[in-house]
Amino acid sequence: MIERERITVDGNEAAASVAFRLNEVIAIYPITPSSAMGEWADQWATEHKKNLWGTTPLVVEMQSEGGAAGAVHGALTSGALTTTFTASQGLLLMMPNMFKIAGELTATVFHVAARTLATHALSIFGDHSDVMTARATGWAMLCANSVQEVHDFALIATAATLEARVPFIHFFDGFRTSHEVMKIEALSDDDLRAMIDEALVREHRARGLTPEHPVLRGSAQNPDVFFQGREAANPYYHVCPAIVQNAMDKLADLTGRQYRLFDYVGAPDAERVIVMMGSGAETAEETVAALTAQGEKIGLLKVRLYRPFSAKHFVSALPASTRALAVLDRCKEPGALGEPLYQDVLAALMENWTAAMPKVIGGRYGLSSKEFTPAMAKAVFDELKHDQPKNHFTVGIVDDVSHTSLAVDTTFNTEDPQTVRCIFYGLGADGTVGANKNSIKIIGEETDFHAQGYFVYDSKKSGSTTTSYLRFGPKPIHSTYLISQANFVACHQFNFLNKFDMLKNAAPGAVFLLNSPYGPEKVWEKLPPGVQAQILEKSIRLFVIDGYKVAQATGMGGRINTIMQTCFFAISGILPRAAAIEAIKHAIEKTYGKRGEAVVRKNFEAVDQTLAHLYEVSTADLKVTQPRAKPATLAPAEAPEFVQNVTAKMLAGLGDELPVSAMPVDGTFPTGTTQWEKRNIALEVPVWDPNLCIQCGKCVFVCPHAVIREKIYEPQHLDSAPSAFKSAPAKWKEFEGWRYTLQISPDDCTGCSLCVEACPAKNKSQARLKAINMTPLQSENGNGASPNLRQIENENWQFFQKLPEVDRRALNVSSVKDSQLLQPLFEFSGACAGCGETPYLKLLTQLFGERAIIANATGCSSIYGGNLPTTPWAKNAAGRGPAWANSLFEDNAEFGLGFRLTLDKQIEYAHELLHRLAGVLGESLVTALLSADQTHEAGILEQRTRVQTLKNALNEILLRAESEYQAEARNLLSLADVLIKRSVWIVGGDGWAYDIGYGGLDHVLASGRNVNVLVLDTEVYSNTGGQASKATPRGAVAKFAAAGKGQAKKDLGMLAMAYGSVYVARVAMGANDAQTIKAFLEAEAYEGPSLILAYSHCIAHGYDLRYGLDQQKKAVQTGYWPLYRYNPAVAAEGHSFTLDSKAPSMPLREYIYNETRYKMLTQTDEARAEQLYKEAQADVQRRWKQYEELAAVKPH
Amino acid sequence: MRIAPAHFLLRSPAKQTMTDLTTTYLGLTLKSPLVASPSPLCKSLSNIRHMEDAGVGAVVLHSLFEEQINHESHSLDYYLSRGSESFAEALNYFPEPNAYRLSPHQYLEHIRKATEMVDIPIIASLNGVSSGGWVQRASHSDWIKYAALMEEAGADALELNLYFVPADSDILSETVEDMYADLLIDVRNTVSIPIAMKLTPFFSSLPNLARRLVFAGAKGLVLFNRFYQPDLDIENLEVVPHLHLSTSDELRLPLRWIAILYGRLNADLALSTGVHTAQDALKGLMAGASVTMMTSALLQHGIDYVRVVTEEMRAWLAEHDYESVGQLQGSLSQQAVPFPAAFERAQYVKIVGTLEPGPERR
Repeated sequence: MIERERITVDGNEAAASVAFRLNEVIAIYPITPSSAMGEWADQWATEHKKNLWGTTPLVVEMQSEGGAAGAVHGALTSGALTTTFTASQGLLLMMPNMFKIAGELTATVFHVAARTLATHALSIFGDHSDVMTARATGWAMLCANSVQEVHDFALIATAATLEARVPFIHFFDGFRTSHEVMKIEALSDDDLRAMIDEALVREHRARGLTPEHPVLRGSAQNPDVFFQGREAANPYYHVCPAIVQNAMDKLADLTGRQYRLFDYVGAPDAERVIVMMGSGAETAEETVAALTAQGEKIGLLKVRLYRPFSAKHFVSALPASTRALAVLDRCKEPGALGEPLYQDVLAALMENWTAAMPKVIGGRYGLSSKEFTPAMAKAVFDELKHDQPKNHFTVGIVDDVSHTSLAVDTTFNTEDPQTVRCIFYGLGADGTVGANKNSIKIIGEETDFHAQGYFVYDSKKSGSTTTSYLRFGPKPIHSTYLISQANFVACHQFNFLNKFDMLKNAAPGAVFLLNSPYGPEKVWEKLPPGVQAQILEKSIRLFVIDGYKVAQATGMGGRINTIMQTCFFAISGILPRAAAIEAIKHAIEKTYGKRGEAVVRKNFEAVDQTLAHLYEVSTADLKVTQPRAKPATLAPAEAPEFVQNVTAKMLAGLGDELPVSAMPVDGTFPTGTTQWEKRNIALEVPVWDPNLCIQCGKCVFVCPHAVIREKIYEPQHLDSAPSAFKSAPAKWKEFEGWRYTLQISPDDCTGCSLCVEACPAKNKSQARLKAINMTPLQSENGNGASPNLRQIENENWQFFQKLPEVDRRALNVSSVKDSQLLQPLFEFSGACAGCGETPYLKLLTQLFGERAIIANATGCSSIYGGNLPTTPWAKNAAGRGPAWANSLFEDNAEFGLGFRLTLDKQIEYAHELLHRLAGVLGESLVTALLSADQTHEAGILEQRTRVQTLKNALNEILLRAESEYQAEARNLLSLADVLIKRSVWIVGGDGWAYDIGYGGLDHVLASGRNVNVLVLDTEVYSNTGGQASKATPRGAVAKFAAAGKGQAKKDLGMLAMAYGSVYVARVAMGANDAQTIKAFLEAEAYEGPSLILAYSHCIAHGYDLRYGLDQQKKAVQTGYWPLYRYNPAVAAEGHSFTLDSKAPSMPLREYIYNETRYKMLTQTDEARAEQLYKEAQADVQRRWKQYEELAAVKPH
Repeated sequence: MRIAPAHFLLRSPAKQTMTDLTTTYLGLTLKSPLVASPSPLCKSLSNIRHMEDAGVGAVVLHSLFEEQINHESHSLDYYLSRGSESFAEALNYFPEPNAYRLSPHQYLEHIRKATEMVDIPIIASLNGVSSGGWVQRASHSDWIKYAALMEEAGADALELNLYFVPADSDILSETVEDMYADLLIDVRNTVSIPIAMKLTPFFSSLPNLARRLVFAGAKGLVLFNRFYQPDLDIENLEVVPHLHLSTSDELRLPLRWIAILYGRLNADLALSTGVHTAQDALKGLMAGASVTMMTSALLQHGIDYVRVVTEEMRAWLAEHDYESVGQLQGSLSQQAVPFPAAFERAQYVKIVGTLEPGPERR
């Protein structure tokens, strides 16, 4: 056997590397956690890498997974080797085509990073609910349990499908396998060549449709023959398992890795056996090894080829001694007799087991990437010892409702003592994960050790915490679970010591590396309660380094990755120090070399300076000086019960401990919960200068996190104000004598500085000062300039919140100044610092939040809006606020239309009931209710009062038992609230509106119904990491458009305007905030469909988002993003189309080359950049001319 | 780009004779003393070809800035890393191409292409300030090594532009001058092509510095560079960078110093700033310059304006019976004029004495 290259890759790359080389056409669409497979394919195609036949596969991004499957189907039907990658909802969208592809016996492999299907909630994490839903499609299903298997099975599946003609789903666990970095043996082109039969490739090609030999495929059949036709392919399914086994044997000949359709491991005379598939089987295998070593008669049967299920092979793989079987499914089928694998195993045994039937139980584990540990596997084996083992059990949760869960002994542990286990706690921005990925590669490449890396992120896009889990050692690693007994724990942020009990997972004698602003002499006293004690109790060796100091000195800024990585290697001694440093530098050069020598050099300097600043703290004579504190209260006493009992635990990282009974049964959660999550992530916050402030409200307007607020109030409210509370005379004519305060919430601020950039008021003596200025907060790092600022501003914020909100009726909400006195009902989201989307949502809630119902497409806005533990959608003092729901990515327009249909119907019915009850309710009340003018705040409030009167009247009727109107009254009472004007909003990003949801959006816009569509246009799929959409502009680089997008951005507004009945506005608040408000108000007022296209700057544009407003301005000034409003309601009075911005006054380059997404192309392909620039500049002129012509059109 | 006014182009070439415009600069033979100095025009290869066709003797390319060399990679690195590995669904936001062609590389490629394309000398320009340890944390090997790379790419000569504003009151004048000389020596040691130093006029003893620099290895001095002078936006209370084009009026400062330095140094002098007309160029040559450099005039009138100036120069030279520019070079330098003090303080007295109130004072 030849020596093969060892590579350190994750599951996605392992799959893509084979798929890319074995296909000619690849249709892609991003979806977590499979996106990276498509990204690799796209990137390699851009780099002109070749497939096995010496040509670069054609990679095409489609508008949805449905589109991708359609394109794949077409490419296959016409004879190309074709593939795609997907997960979860994406696989669901592919299914209609998958039935067809299988029905037509077409050879292909879809590589699936198996992910949870959205049910009571969306989840991006891994389980088998998606692939199990596809089992009726007639596709073969091959499951890989580890990164090596992903690499191997991608090849086996392709070799087998060509021979079998049965299409294959090759799947592996999302995140746990798709994102696990592992050292594996690479398959060379020669290996691929040896496995792929060229004759079969030619046969596949020959089956392609061609007019040279025309055939018809996809006929419509009648009752006479359809059934027979469906049975005609049976022989292909019968031979499929043998073909797969044959391919597995062939691979074994080549590589020595022997797989079987069902792989049994464990005692040959096992009595208790677990049957399962996926990454969990690796953990089960490790458990079996540990327990059989203790003499237990147990085993594990790993299912490789799940479909076609070969019962014969299954039964023969199972030891004859088996007495009890537990079948583990990583999915749930409510209402079924058991989950799919369980049912298949039962059927297989019933049909083929000749001896006495073993006891068979089924259970669920690992939904949505829930941990599956050796202790859990042991719990299952233990359960099988019982005479009456629990069937339909769950493991890994506490089910105190249906009592399905097994008890787990969490102290059981199978970690190999020779495997080194490390945990690193980092901040997203500090580069910890990237460095650890490099470390894994270094260990993988420089040593003979096996190596594994797995990374966990929290659900926030700003200030997020990362945890890296690294294992390495001389033995193969099968541990597909997180580390609980670490030999090495690194804390890359000192303040995390207060957040996480990270030493809980430290093994006795472990090393603890701490990035500390305090040196070896001072650090001990600064350690929080509990940490000192654990260090002494577990004899932990403590090392400290001031990583930020070294980073500052070497020009690394906030990136301490290289520094901490060097410490890790220096302390761990896994490589000789000099060799380690050389390897780190080599990795730096590989990772950063192409970004320029300066970057490499600063990293080198960081490496070189690190060791001189690394100290071991001798703990020999140290004593615990900080007593172990009582567990902190998780949520303040005034928080609602649900927050105290449930949300707070999730916030504390204890969500795994919550029992089933703590969960809402239908996925319904309270809103307004971000206020209980104080994240404390800003290093500096804006501080107000009341003397300079002109009270324009612009800072409040742009704040993405609603942490900067303003109020006006009568002066007597200041009587109980904290001494540091600031105020100024209110500059409102209507509120003579009132006071004004601009207040921030320091614990919720992300420090993005957008507000300061927006502030127009400059200090006349010192122009660098404005009416608000970023000021350092005292932080846990002790580097703050104003020791009490956080405390002072927190007290001020508490007081500020108690100040009354101003009466909405007294305000002119169409002015920016007044609008910002309205309470936002969207606050403190987990969006990126400086997010360009959230200010629009906040504005929406200020204007209409009290009566808004929102359908939100999947994407960034559904994640920062609805990803637990908390939601930024909030309520006012009256308990009213936006009601919010996310259905899917693709159907959001239709989902929102559904809201409207309900409302329209209910309003109609309520009106009918009012007419029917007019006699008893009184004509005047009914008339007033029916004819209410709700076009303004006062009118709405009056109607609210009328509805209350109506409810009182209806309740009176209900008290009169003899009343003949009881039924109608009861009905009207349940519908009365719809008489208050509601505002239906359909919100989503460009990926939804321009691509996957466009068909539905188009239909909804054409429906004439009164819905308001807000498109937060970031011009890429931001949430999945910046893939191109049809909103991506020409010349911009994005994933799936690595060579710069060659086509112009779709003009969605123009398409909508073509109906003539849709209100359309294009806004950019940074360019014209007043126009933005005007558009929101007009759109909402328009009694038909409205579409607002909102320019949203985004982290995926690649510049400092504090300049987001400036860039918006430039987008407008260059004519790239003209502002306009098209209002069909005023067609009769004059121009329906109003251009709200001026003709282009600067070349496009002044705007675009401030952003990495454009600039990058000039650095990778200058000629193409120049060409696309010219075209993009021409697009601007052409479109501007069109708009100008529209604006000039006179009404008839 | 504006085209030269028609009257220039239409002027009859009646008097045109083939007066020899050849000059030598930095040891290079140039077919004309008109040299295109650094401007955005030089970024385009077709412009460089155009300049050659229009008759320039050499082209000094736009500058590669020290800041560019580091800043571009740092910012690329920063924005590609920003937000990465923080959120499970978006581990990064950009595709990662195999290679970038950052400005320094593009610059070198530009030299390579330009030198292959035209016959006139291509002078590369390197603009920096930091020296080893002198300006904190910037190692001068960062950018100085680009001098060698420029030579390797084919540059015929190097113009070293040290742009330094001594804002720190602790820095002695002598320290600044040492830095200039030290940097020059460092560059000198890495290349064998000739080096011209481009200077600012803001030195207390320019002739002494000039001598030091020539001693340190400068083959030529370019007088003077023009700073980006900041302007103040009084409406928005901001400092705004501002570069306005030169006028013929600005000619007189370099003219004086070239006249003073001519003949006292073993180096060529180039006059830069204020050369807009044939008369300006002739004045520069007469003061002692080997070449006169044009930027603003080309930006204003277009590259073809070189033809106009060349023809006017030829016409003037022919009209005044000069056979070559060599003949008039330095003819009005301080050493060559009857009243050398005219270039010094005495001239001040004379001007003040003859100054009459302008029309606006009446």
